[in-house]
Amino acid sequence: MRKLAFVFGLLSIVLYLSSQETTFKTNGPDDYREGVHAFTNATIWKNYNTKIDSATLIIRDGNVVDAGKNISIPKGAIIHDLKGKFIYPSFIDIFSDYGMPDVAKAKWNEDPQMESNIKGAFGWNQAIHTDFHADRIFIVNDSKADELRKIGFGTVLTNKKDGIARGTGAVVTLNNDKENFVLIKPDAAANYSFNKGSSTQDYPSSLMGSIALLRQTYYDAQWYKTATDKKEFNINLEEWNKQQTVTHIFDAGGDWQKVLRADKVGDEFNVQYIIKTKGDEYKRVEEIKNAKAKLITTLNFPKAFDVEDPYKANWVSLEDMKNWELAPTNCAALAKAGVDFSLTTSDLEKKDDFLANLRKAVKYGLDSTVALKSLTYNPASFINVYDKVGSLETGKLANFFITSKSLFDEKCEINENWIQGKRYEIKAFDAKDIRGEYALNIFVNSPSTAKYKLKVSAEATSPKAQIILSDSAKLDANVSYKDKDISLSFSTDKKATEKIRLTGTIDYATNSWSGKGQYADGSWVSWDATQTKGADADTSKPKKDTIDVTKNLGKITFPFMAYGNEQVPTQENFLIKNGTVWTNEADGVLTNTDVVIRSGKISAVGKSLACADCKTIDATNKFVTAGIIDEHNHIAIQEGVNEGTEASSAEVRIGDVVSCDDINIYRQLAGGVTAAQLLHGSANPIGGQSAMVKFRWGYTPEKMKVEGADGFIKFALGENVKQTNWGDHSRVRYPQTRMGVEQTYYNYFTKAKEYQKQWGAYSAAKVKGVSPRRDIELDALSEILNKKRFITCHSYVQSEINMLMHVADSFNFKVNTFTHILEGYKVADKMKAHGVNASTFADWWAYKYEVIDAIPYNAAILTKVGINTAINSDDAEMARRLNQEAAKGVKYGGLSETEAWKMVTLNPAKMLHIDSRTGSIKTGKDADVVVWSDNPLSVYAKAERTFVDGILFFDVEKDALKREEIRKERARLIQKMLDDKKGGGATQEPSPKTRREYSCGGDEEHNH
Amino acid sequence: MNRIFLAACLGFSLTLSAQSDVPAPAAKQTKSIYLTHATIHTGNGKVLNNATIAFDNGKIILVEENPSFKTDETGKVIDCTGKHIYPGIIAANTKVGIDEIEAVRATNDYAEVGNYNPDARAIIAYNTDSRVTPTVRSNGVLFAQSVPLYGTISGTSAVVQLDAWNWEDALIKEDGVWLNWPNMQSRGGWWAEPAPATTNKDYDKQVNAIKDYFRDAKSYADAGLHIKTNLRFEAMKDLFTKTKTLYINVDRVKEMQHAIAFAEEFSLRLVVSGGEESWMIADELGKKNIAIILGKTHELPGSDDADVDQPFKTPAVLQKAGVLFALSIPGGFWQERNLPFNAGTAVAYGLSKEEALAAITLNAAKILGVDAQIGSLEKGKDASLIVSTGDVLDMKTSDVQYAFISGRQIDLNNKQKELNQKFSKKYGVN
Repeated sequence: MRKLAFVFGLLSIVLYLSSQETTFKTNGPDDYREGVHAFTNATIWKNYNTKIDSATLIIRDGNVVDAGKNISIPKGAIIHDLKGKFIYPSFIDIFSDYGMPDVAKAKWNEDPQMESNIKGAFGWNQAIHTDFHADRIFIVNDSKADELRKIGFGTVLTNKKDGIARGTGAVVTLNNDKENFVLIKPDAAANYSFNKGSSTQDYPSSLMGSIALLRQTYYDAQWYKTATDKKEFNINLEEWNKQQTVTHIFDAGGDWQKVLRADKVGDEFNVQYIIKTKGDEYKRVEEIKNAKAKLITTLNFPKAFDVEDPYKANWVSLEDMKNWELAPTNCAALAKAGVDFSLTTSDLEKKDDFLANLRKAVKYGLDSTVALKSLTYNPASFINVYDKVGSLETGKLANFFITSKSLFDEKCEINENWIQGKRYEIKAFDAKDIRGEYALNIFVNSPSTAKYKLKVSAEATSPKAQIILSDSAKLDANVSYKDKDISLSFSTDKKATEKIRLTGTIDYATNSWSGKGQYADGSWVSWDATQTKGADADTSKPKKDTIDVTKNLGKITFPFMAYGNEQVPTQENFLIKNGTVWTNEADGVLTNTDVVIRSGKISAVGKSLACADCKTIDATNKFVTAGIIDEHNHIAIQEGVNEGTEASSAEVRIGDVVSCDDINIYRQLAGGVTAAQLLHGSANPIGGQSAMVKFRWGYTPEKMKVEGADGFIKFALGENVKQTNWGDHSRVRYPQTRMGVEQTYYNYFTKAKEYQKQWGAYSAAKVKGVSPRRDIELDALSEILNKKRFITCHSYVQSEINMLMHVADSFNFKVNTFTHILEGYKVADKMKAHGVNASTFADWWAYKYEVIDAIPYNAAILTKVGINTAINSDDAEMARRLNQEAAKGVKYGGLSETEAWKMVTLNPAKMLHIDSRTGSIKTGKDADVVVWSDNPLSVYAKAERTFVDGILFFDVEKDALKREEIRKERARLIQKMLDDKKGGGATQEPSPKTRREYSCGGDEEHNH
Repeated sequence: MNRIFLAACLGFSLTLSAQSDVPAPAAKQTKSIYLTHATIHTGNGKVLNNATIAFDNGKIILVEENPSFKTDETGKVIDCTGKHIYPGIIAANTKVGIDEIEAVRATNDYAEVGNYNPDARAIIAYNTDSRVTPTVRSNGVLFAQSVPLYGTISGTSAVVQLDAWNWEDALIKEDGVWLNWPNMQSRGGWWAEPAPATTNKDYDKQVNAIKDYFRDAKSYADAGLHIKTNLRFEAMKDLFTKTKTLYINVDRVKEMQHAIAFAEEFSLRLVVSGGEESWMIADELGKKNIAIILGKTHELPGSDDADVDQPFKTPAVLQKAGVLFALSIPGGFWQERNLPFNAGTAVAYGLSKEEALAAITLNAAKILGVDAQIGSLEKGKDASLIVSTGDVLDMKTSDVQYAFISGRQIDLNNKQKELNQKFSKKYGVN
C-alpha cells in the first residue's frame, strides 16, 4: 500500500510538472496537446560525448522524458521510427541578436556632442546601456528563427549589440510560440564591448577611450554602491551593480589583441569575461590560453581572393592570404591548447554556411566531440542553463534535431529540428531514389507509340534527367518529384524550343511511372515509364575529403604578416669586430673597436676583444652606434591615437592599445630605430598616457613595453587643441583660445590637488568612512603633481610655452619635455631655467599658422643654449630616416657630428628617463645597437643590423631571404586560391589592406 | 693670369648682410663670371674635375677641365677650389608659390572648384613674395613646376624660376595640363578605423567620362572656328599638337596601363606623375618611352609585403630600364628644399650620384620641356647653377654658398636664416 502510494505520488508529480499551466485565456475550447512522442531505433547523442545506438527518445509536453536503450514507450505515444537516423541535442548560440530590433547606426554629426542626449535619470555616457534588458523587448521572429533552426539551433542567448555596456541578454528558444513560452531565462548574461554603437555622444572616439570608460564605470559603480552621501540617482549604475552577479560576455569586436585587451579590463576588476572573438586566435594561441578566458568564436572563414589577375593579386597582403588558409584551423588550435569555447553563427553572412564550415573546421583538425561540445554543453554551461538545454537528459527541453547521417558527414542533412517538443521539418525524410534507366513510352494517337530512353542520374536527392538518343546524343530533361507525384518535360531534339510536358504518379513497388501529358500543340497523350536498370554504382572519384588538408599548411609567423618570424628571435651573444664605434660617451668615436653583446647587454667595448661563444660580425669599414630612440611616434597603436573628444583625456592610456601587428615596427628597425615613445595625439590640452616601447618585432604588446619605465603623458597647446583647423562646426568644445588652454590646465590641476587632499584625509583618518570616488583621470593628473608622471607637451609658439612652464611652476612640478617646440629657440633661456627638454623636428614648417616662424636652426640653438634636445619623427616614414634628420643639425646650425647624433639617441633616452639603460655604447647598458654601412649621419648610410636587448631583429642579409620567402609563400597561396576557385570555392575581389599612419593631429592631413 | 681678380667670397658678403625676409630679386648679370678650380657636375652625367665654368649675359660661355682662358677687364673670378658646382635643381610637381601655409585657407591657391579646369593657370596665382620660396632656393632648388590640384583636370602648370619680382618675371613656360586618373579601388572607413579598400564600381564610367571630355576637346580643337568659345577647351588645344604635355597622376600598374593607352589613343605627349608601382612595369615604360615624374623617394612602401626599401630603390629600377624619370615631392612647397636629399637616398639604393643629380636637373628639364634652356651645364644654356662646399645630395654636407639664375647671383638669405641670426645673437651662441 505504501509502495503504491509512492508510485501514485510520483505520477502526480510528473503530471503536475507537465501540465501546461498558463495565465492566458483561450478563445473557444482549450486545445491542450500532451505531445507524447517516441523516437525509436535512432543513434542518439544524448549529450556531446554520449552516443547511444538503436536508442529511443521519449518526449512529453515539450520536455525530454528519457533517452537511451530499453525504454518503454508510453501508451499512445506517437512513434517515429528513425532507423538509420541520428538525433542530436539542438545547438545553442550565446551571441545572438535574434528577436532584437535593428541597431540604429549613429549618424555622423559634424557638431560636437559633449553630453548624453538621452533624457532621464541615466548615466553621463550614452554608450552605457545597463538599463537594457533583452527580455523586455524580445519579439519572436519566425523567419529569422527558421534560418537558425535549419542549421540545427534550438536556443540562443539574445541581446541587442549596441554600446559599450549592453545590459542583459535573455535565453530564448527558436520555437514559434508566444514570447512568454519561448523565453526561458531573462538576465542570463551582462554584455559589454569596445564599440559605442548607436551613441551619438563624442566620447569615447577611440579604443583606448572605450577601455577608459569601462574602467571608470567599474570604479563609479563601486563608489555608487558604497557611498552614503551621494546626491545622484543613476539608473545605469544601479543596473550595473545588479548585473555583476551574472555571467559577463565581452564582444572584443576584433583581432586577438582585442581579446587580450578585454581580458585585461576584466582582470583589474576580478571579472572573467567570456569573450567573443573573430576567429584569429590561432595566431597567438599561447597568449589566448594564458588569458584563461572562455571564448565565443566564429566559423566565418574568409573567402579566397580572386587572384586570376597578377596585378590585382598584388593588392592582397600575405597576411590576408595566410589568414584565408589558416582560419579554418582556429577551433582546432584552441581545442589543442585546451581553451573552452562555444561557436556562434552571428558573423556569418549566410547562416546556411554554418554546417559546411563546421565540417571544414573538423577537417582542419577539430575533434568532432569538441565541435559538439562547443555547440551544446559549452554554451549552455557558460550561461548556466545546462539544466535546461544542451543535452537530452530527463526534464530538459525537448530541443533536438534529426539527421540523415552523422552530422560530420558531408552528405548529412537535417531532416527535422524539434524545439520544445514542436516539430520543424527542414528536409522531408527519405526522398526515394528514382535514379536509373527507364523505357519511356508516349502513346501518341494510341496505338502508335513514341519510345525514348530516359536516364535519371546524379545525386539521389536532386537527380538530373536526360533523354538518351544515342551514345553521343543526349537531351536534357527536367524531372521533379515529391512523394508519388512526378513531372517530366523535354524537347524532342536539340533545336526544338517546344516541349513535351508529362505528369503522373510513381509506383515505387514496380519502379514504374504512368500518367498523362500534353504536346506542344496542346494535344493530350498518355505515357508510362518502366525502370530497365537501377542507379549506377557511385564511381565518381573520391572527393577531396580523403586528402589531409592539414598537411602542407603555411606556418604561423610572429607577427602574422610579411617579415614575421616562425620563431620569435631571442638573445644571442655577438662580437662586433673592428668597427668605428660612436659611443656617445666620454670616449667619443673609437676606431677599429669591438663591441661584445652578451645576455642582452653590452658586455665589453675595446680593441681586439675575444669572445668564444659569440657570433662574430665583421664591422670593418662600418659604423657602430646605439639604437635610435624616437621621442615622438604614433605607430603600433590600435584604433585611434586621439581621444580628443574632451579637453582632458588623462585617463586614456596608449599602453592599453599598443599593437604588435604593425609592419612599421620592422621598417623602423630597418632604419636603426630601437625604441620609441608611443604618444597620444594632440587634439586636446591634456591628452593620454604614453607607452614606452622597444621595437621587439614579433613580441606581444605587453612584451614590447620597456620594463619599469617612468610614466609619461601627452599635453598639447595651440591650434590643434583650440580646434582651429577642424572646420566651422568645431566651435563648441572648450578651449577655443590660448586663454582657455591656460584655464583648462589650472582647472584640472586644481581639481587634482583637491582630489589628492580628499584622499589624503581619507587615508589619514583613523576611522575609515566610505572611500572617495576614484577618478582615473584625476589619478593621472595627481601623478604629475607628485612627480610620478611626466609631461611631453606638443607646443609651437613662445607664449604658450612660457604659459605651461608658469602653470607647472605654480603647481610645483616641472614640464619634462616640450615636443615639436618649433619656437623653442625664442625662449631657450627660459626653457633652460625651467630645466625642460626639447624634442623637435629638424626642418618642418609652414603647415599651419603657428609654425610660420619655425626654423631648422631650432635644434642647434637649443643645444647651444644647453638644453637637452632631440629630433623626433611624429611620422612613420620619417621615423626610419631619423639619422638623416639628425644630420640636418650639422647642416643648419653647425652642430658637431657627435652632438647631432646624440639628438636621436642619448638625448631622447635622457628625456625619456631611460638613459641609464640605453642611448649609448657603454658596458652594462642594454644592447640596443646598430651597425651602419656608412657614417650614420650620411644620406648614404644604411642600417645593416639592428639589435634590441641583444636580439638581432633586423639583419640586412636575413631581410633579403625574407623577401624571397614572401614571394614564394605568396606564389604558393595564389596557386592554392586558384585551385580553390576551380573547385567551385567562392571568391572575393582582391583589395589592398589600408593602414592608418597616425600623426598628432588626428585628421586625414598630417597635422602635427 | 695675374690679372685674375680673386673675388673669392668677398663679393658675396653683401648678400648675407641684407635684412629682409624676402630678399630682393637679383639684377641682371652685367659682367662675366668665372668659377674656377671646381668639381663640376654638369647634370648630364659628367663630372669635370679642377674645372671652370664661365658665363656672360646670363649664358654659359665655357665649361671645361683645366681650361686656359682670359677674362675681360670687368670679369669676375671666383676660386671654387674644393667646391662642387651643379645645375640649378628643378622641383617638378610642386605647390611652390601657390601655397603658403597649408592650414590657412587664405593662402591656398591651388584647387579650383569643379571637375574640369584645364584653363585654371597656376602662374596666375604664383606668389613671388612667398616667405617659403627663399628657404627652398637656399638648398639649391632654383626652379619649380607649380601645379594645380584636385578634380579630374586640375589645371595648367607653370615652370618658374624662383627669383622674380612678379609672376610675369618668374614664368619660364606654361607647360602642361594635369589629369587625375581614377582609382580602381576606393578607400574605406575613416581615419581611426580604415576599412579595406573596395572596388570602385564607377571606374569604367569615370574613365569613359574622361575620354568623352577629350573627344569633345579634340573636336573643338579640330573645328577651328566656333560660334561660342569654350575657355576650357581653348586651354586644351595645345595638348593635341603636343606643344603642351598631359601629366597624369597615376600610381598603380593597371591604372597606369590604362592611362598610357588613353594617351596613345589621343596621341598626346604624356608624362606619368606618381608612378608608385612603375618599377613593376619599368621595361614596358622604357620601351614605350613613357617619362615619369616619380613620387616621393622618402615614402613608405605601398604595402606590408613590399620590400622595405622599395620607394628608395624604385629610381634605380627605372634607371636600369632606361626610363626617363625625374624625382619629386608631389604637392610640396616648403618640403621641396629636401628634394636633393630624396635624390641622395636613391643613391644609397642603386643610382649613381650623377644619375641622381640628373633626376632633379636635366631629366626634369627634359620632362618639362625646358631642357634647351636649363637642366645642365653646357655652353649656350642659361647660367643657372649652384655652388656648394660639399655634396649637395647629402644633408650632412650640403651647403649652398652661391646660386645663379641666368647669370644673376641670387641672394640666398631667407627669413629663417635671419631668425637664426637674431636669436643666436640674443643668446650669444653662434
